[in-house]
Amino acid sequence: MSKIIVLRGGLNLPVTGQAEMRIAKTVNPATVAVCPDNFPGMTPRLLVREGDAVKCGSPVLADKKRPEILVVSPVSGTVKEIVRGEKRKLLAVVVESDGKREALDFGARNPAELDAPAIKKAILESGLWPFIIQRPYGIIANPADEPKAIFVSAFDTAPLAADAAFTLGDRLPDIQKGIDALGRIAKVHISLPAKDAEPFDKLENAEKHVFEGKHPAGNVGVQISHVCPVTKGSVVWTVSLLGLAAIGRLFSTGKVDLRRKVAVAGSAAIEPAYADTYPGAPMSTLGAFFGNTENLRVISGNILTGKTVGREGWLGFYDNTVTVLLEGYEKELLGWANPIRWKLFSTDHSYFSWLTPWRKYDMDTNLHGGPRAFVMSDAYYKKVLPMDIFPVYLIKACLAGDIDAMEKFGIYEVIPEDLALCEYIDPSKNDIQEIIANGIRLMLKEME
Amino acid sequence: MKKFWAATVDAFATFLHVPGTVTRKGVHVRDAVDLKRIMIIVVIALVPAALFGMWNVGYQHQLAVGGGFGAHILANWWWGFLKTLPLFVVSYGVGLFIEFFSSGLRGEEVNEGYLVSGFLIPLIVPVTTPLWMLALAVAFAVIFGKEVFGGTGMNIWNPALLTRAFLFFSYPTAMSGSEVWIAKRAGEVFADGFTGATPLALDGAAQYSNTVWSQILGTIPGSVGETSIIAILLGAAILLWTGIASWKVMCGSVLGALLVGFLGDLAGISTMPCWNQLIVGGFAFGTVFMATDPVTSAQTEAGKWIYGLLIGALCITVRLVNPGYAEGMMLAILFGNTAAPLIDHCVVTSHINRRNRKLSKVA
Repeated sequence: MSKIIVLRGGLNLPVTGQAEMRIAKTVNPATVAVCPDNFPGMTPRLLVREGDAVKCGSPVLADKKRPEILVVSPVSGTVKEIVRGEKRKLLAVVVESDGKREALDFGARNPAELDAPAIKKAILESGLWPFIIQRPYGIIANPADEPKAIFVSAFDTAPLAADAAFTLGDRLPDIQKGIDALGRIAKVHISLPAKDAEPFDKLENAEKHVFEGKHPAGNVGVQISHVCPVTKGSVVWTVSLLGLAAIGRLFSTGKVDLRRKVAVAGSAAIEPAYADTYPGAPMSTLGAFFGNTENLRVISGNILTGKTVGREGWLGFYDNTVTVLLEGYEKELLGWANPIRWKLFSTDHSYFSWLTPWRKYDMDTNLHGGPRAFVMSDAYYKKVLPMDIFPVYLIKACLAGDIDAMEKFGIYEVIPEDLALCEYIDPSKNDIQEIIANGIRLMLKEME
Repeated sequence: MKKFWAATVDAFATFLHVPGTVTRKGVHVRDAVDLKRIMIIVVIALVPAALFGMWNVGYQHQLAVGGGFGAHILANWWWGFLKTLPLFVVSYGVGLFIEFFSSGLRGEEVNEGYLVSGFLIPLIVPVTTPLWMLALAVAFAVIFGKEVFGGTGMNIWNPALLTRAFLFFSYPTAMSGSEVWIAKRAGEVFADGFTGATPLALDGAAQYSNTVWSQILGTIPGSVGETSIIAILLGAAILLWTGIASWKVMCGSVLGALLVGFLGDLAGISTMPCWNQLIVGGFAFGTVFMATDPVTSAQTEAGKWIYGLLIGALCITVRLVNPGYAEGMMLAILFGNTAAPLIDHCVVTSHINRRNRKLSKVA
């Protein structure tokens, strides 16, 4: 076993509503939606019309700029509706499931007998390519690139995130097959937690790294920065464990299977547990987990990086966590001067949460303040960012749109999720993830 | 005008509340800490110095007019409270008015930064400062020191120190000498043999009439909040524990002061031992409460050491070699504020170079 990389700082958010490790519900949704907004860096082109018949693996969307990148239907059935928003923006392609789970057969193949271009082609045509995300920028990887490494994080440290061993432990052969396949393109690195690495420590054919620390130790971006930092001009690919399992299954069965176990968690969840469902499944199919509570926020993804989708929304393509929280609409008179706010958690020593490290808190979505200019200096944010980066300088460079400065301060190494905890602790209540995302967007625009 | 008042009342209501707004983008939950909390903690850290300062105003008055030691501790405090209250009222009144007005102009929520500045200002001026001078100085500091840069978080110099600097250069007679530190009623005269001068302004043997103990306790003349080392250390403990003030700045400042003080001792130009410099004048107050202002101090960790050292060293240098100017802390910190971006620039450049070297190895 390789040496343990210990990450200092970070924060495991003590929030209530951790999903119990059991499948409480198996969902066979009547409809699923494919949402173009799920796919970072993609300009969608529609490939189907209302009424078309589709199978699991039938292409639904393609990228306008890189037409070989496809997004496919996770179920078989017919295209029921194409949902458009303002300016006819494509929001979702809703597929009515026939419940038969018929899948296109791409043919089972042994990755050992294929070369890199053949592997890429197989993943592209099956529509699983969007699982491969590149660094820098955190967008869907360009198939023409030759990455210097492919990184997989075998654990998720985000608050209330789905447990990797529970959700994917039984798919070890698929994951191994996925590693074998991607290993033909570039060296695969897999990051394991220092504790409870079972069963992923049995994976072979990949370089293993062991990380110890609080969140964001499980973020692949943080891991890359300690093993193989992304520099200007170099490209590293990342795949989630979930994606790796899907790619592996493609090679062993020739079929696209996006079914997954999803943790439904959060302070407002009535019965936090797991569901077995498809990406694109309507949140209403998970209604049993959160009931009819008013002022509920339904998030596809985790507390830090997930998207608010609401009860009417759909589970995101990459997500295997759904978080439900209460909206915190209540004002509090002189709350900031109240010495003890027993119900609230804070990392700051001006509160007394540090006295009760075992406590978990019911958290709501209140901002707990108003937006202000940055006052606290770099060290305040650095506590939760175990990377060789000056966070405030990077954020300010992004705010100023100064590309030279962004490069110098390490924009190539981060994506918004890496600074999510900085945003959480920010007393000035800035939208740090959005600022970083805008910086990355500017970089991409300049590259064109 | 009616609209302005409506906006002001509205802003004031918002100011008192933790608003009911929810997260829109990014993370869905936020830490309970906000800037108001941070600012109120600084004010709490200042309270011991303020309470002691009020008592000391009464006590010094009693000494000066020869009232003996009979007066009750609360009577002294009350006397001092009544003398300092107008300073607080003017400082907050003028400062918050400008703050609310300019926040209205910018269309932003009112910043809470002035909660601290407004509390600091009465503590760093002589208690006898005429109120109109104070009002003018506050207006200058808030408008030209802060609002023109865009409000709290954007300013280059500490607004409270700018207020003091404005007073010092515009009305020097009201800011130094041996009369200004003692509040007295019209018609009262100092008792024979009493000098109201601060220890720093005294020469040679005279200053040892203040014992070291009285300097630590703070029963000496001086600006309202600066005299008691014990009260200041209480505040320092709060600021360090909550992490609002940087221990690096404080340690740097003390080290810098000791270093120059020691050199002064060796060269024989100092009138007191180097450690004694730390407990007289505004050094301790400035080091704990003013140099550590997170907005105007250096932003990088290495930079904070350099910034602290610079301030401490400069303060004592001024005290030692400039006979016309007994105190050095105010200008040392303002100079430190000015130099902070340069210090940070050097630290950041070296960080980037080191990072690039590291990255070029892996590439």
